[in-house]
Amino acid sequence: MTTGDLFLQQLINGLSLGSMYALLALGFTLVYGIMELINFSHFNVFMVGAMIAMLTLQWGFGLYGQDVVLTGLPLILSLGTAMLLSMVLCGGIGVSIERFLLRPLRQVKGPAAMITTIGVSYVLFNVILLTIGSDSKNFPNPLAPIAFHIGGAVLRLKEILIWVISLVLMGGLTYFVQYTKIGRAMRATAQDPEAARMMGVEVDRVVMMSFFLGSALAGACGMVFGLYYNLAKVDIGFAAGLRAFTAAVLGGIGNVPGAMLGGVLIGLIESLSGQVIGTAWSDVVIFGLLVLVLVFRPAGLLGRIAPNKS
Amino acid sequence: MPADGSTMVLPPDFLLEFKGINTYYGDLHALKNVNYEIVRGEIVCLLGGNACGKSTTMKTIMGVVRPATGTVIFDGKPIETLPTSERVRRGIAPVLEARRLFPRMSVYENLEMGAYTQKRGPQFNEDLERVYSLFPRVKERRAQLAGTLSGGEQQMVAIGRALMARPRLICMDEPSMGLSPLYVEQVFDIIQEINRQGTTIFMVEQNASMALSIAHRAYVLQTGMVVLSGTAAELRENEDIKQAYLGEMQVDATAKMSAA
Repeated sequence: MTTGDLFLQQLINGLSLGSMYALLALGFTLVYGIMELINFSHFNVFMVGAMIAMLTLQWGFGLYGQDVVLTGLPLILSLGTAMLLSMVLCGGIGVSIERFLLRPLRQVKGPAAMITTIGVSYVLFNVILLTIGSDSKNFPNPLAPIAFHIGGAVLRLKEILIWVISLVLMGGLTYFVQYTKIGRAMRATAQDPEAARMMGVEVDRVVMMSFFLGSALAGACGMVFGLYYNLAKVDIGFAAGLRAFTAAVLGGIGNVPGAMLGGVLIGLIESLSGQVIGTAWSDVVIFGLLVLVLVFRPAGLLGRIAPNKS
Repeated sequence: MPADGSTMVLPPDFLLEFKGINTYYGDLHALKNVNYEIVRGEIVCLLGGNACGKSTTMKTIMGVVRPATGTVIFDGKPIETLPTSERVRRGIAPVLEARRLFPRMSVYENLEMGAYTQKRGPQFNEDLERVYSLFPRVKERRAQLAGTLSGGEQQMVAIGRALMARPRLICMDEPSMGLSPLYVEQVFDIIQEINRQGTTIFMVEQNASMALSIAHRAYVLQTGMVVLSGTAAELRENEDIKQAYLGEMQVDATAKMSAA
C-alpha cells in the first residue's frame, strides 16, 4: 500500500466512524439545546439499541454470525426491521427516562437531573449485563462481503450502507427540525424557552420529542455499530458515547449541524491519527483536542457563546 | 330607556377580569388583592414604577405565574389554572418585554411561531397579509434573521407575531422600550389601529404620557397594589400622576444622574 492508499483507506474508515459518532452526537445536542442537560444515559441507550437490533436479527430472522448472506427483499426486510425496532424501542426508552425520571426534577436546580442520567446509564448497563451477559456477542451481518478496490484501498459494501443510513437519518432530522411545526417549536424553545411557551408551545411535548429523536438515532446507531464491528457488547456505550459527546462539544453543543460536523471530524481524526501516530494514542489525540477546543473556542466550531440565562 | 328616566343597567362586557389576585414570589408579596376589569374593545394601560407588579400582572395573565388566591376571568371563564398554551388558544397573545423574538429564526418563521396554536390554511394567509399590510417593513424583511433587525423593526415583528395568534386580547409589556422617538410614535399609532380593528389591548408602559394619549382607561400600581384607576383623561389631569409620571420623570432622572 502506498501512502496515498493508506490515507484513502483511513479516510474511508474515518467517515464510517464519523457517521456513527455524528448520529450519536445528535442525541446529546438535541437534548442539551432544549434543556441544557447533558444526558449521560444516552451512552447506554445506544448500547441497548445494538442489543435490540442483534436480538431482532437473531430471533426474528434466524441470522447468526456473518455466514448467511441475504439479498433483495429479505435483506432489506431483516435490516429494516432491526433498525426500525431498535429506533422505536430506544425512542421509547428515552421518552420514558424523560417522562418518569427527569420531568419530576425539572424545577430542581443544580446537577440532580444530570446525576439521574448517570444513574439511569448504570441501570441500563446492568440490566443488559444480567440478561445478555458480559461477553462479546457476534452481531449478525447478512450483507454480502463485497468490497470495492480503489487503488490499494478497500471500500466494503457495509461501509456504503452505513454512510447511506447516516445520510438519510441526518437529512431526515434536518428536514424535521427545519420545516415541521414541532421542529420549529424545538428551535424556538432552544432559543428562548419562555417566549416559545408564550406562543403556545407545550414545552413538555418539545422536551419529549427531543428525547425521542435523540434516542431513536442512538438506536439506529447501535445497529450501524454492530454491522460495522460485527459485535455487540455491554460496554460499547462508554467509548463510543464519550467520542460522540466530544463531537457534540467540538461542533458546538446544542447546534444540530455542529454535531454532524463534529462527529465526522472526530471519526476522521481518530482514524488518521491512528495511522500516523498509532492507535494507542487516538484517545489522547481526541480528548487533547477537546481540551484545546474548550480553551480556545468554548462554544465549539459552529456554536455561539450563549448569554447566561437567569 | 325605562320610563323613570334611569338608564338600564346592562352587565358590563368584560373581556378580562382580575378578582382579588394575590401573587407571591417566595416571601415577596408581588400582587396584593389586585382587581382589574378590562372591557371588550378597550385600550387599558397599567402605570407604575419599577418592581410595582406590572410584569407580574402580565405573567399572571399569560399563566407563567400562578396566583396564590383570586380568579382571572377571560371571556367569562376562569383561566387561572389553565396552562399558557390553552390561554393563547383562547385568544390571549403577548408582546413581550424587550420583544424577545427568536433571533436565529427568520422574520417569517417568527410570524409562524406566533400562529403556533392556529391551523394552517386560508386564515393563516389572511393573518399574514394583515400583518404585512400593517407593517410593509416586516414584509420586506421576512427572509431575514430576526436577530439582525433594528429595535424598531423587531418591535413590529413582535406585534405582528402577536397578531398571528388571532388574539382577542393583546398584552403588551413596555412596547416603547428602547425605541427611538420616531418609532415610539409609529408603534403607538399601530397599537391604536389594531385596537380599532377590534382587538382589546392591555398594556404596561413606562412612557405614561404616550400611553395615556391612546388609552381609554388606566390603572396605577404601587408596590403591588392598585392605588388609582380611572379614564385616561382623568389620570392625565390628576396632580399626583402628573408629578409621578408625566414630565416630572425627566427631573427625577437628572437628579439621579447628578447624584451618581
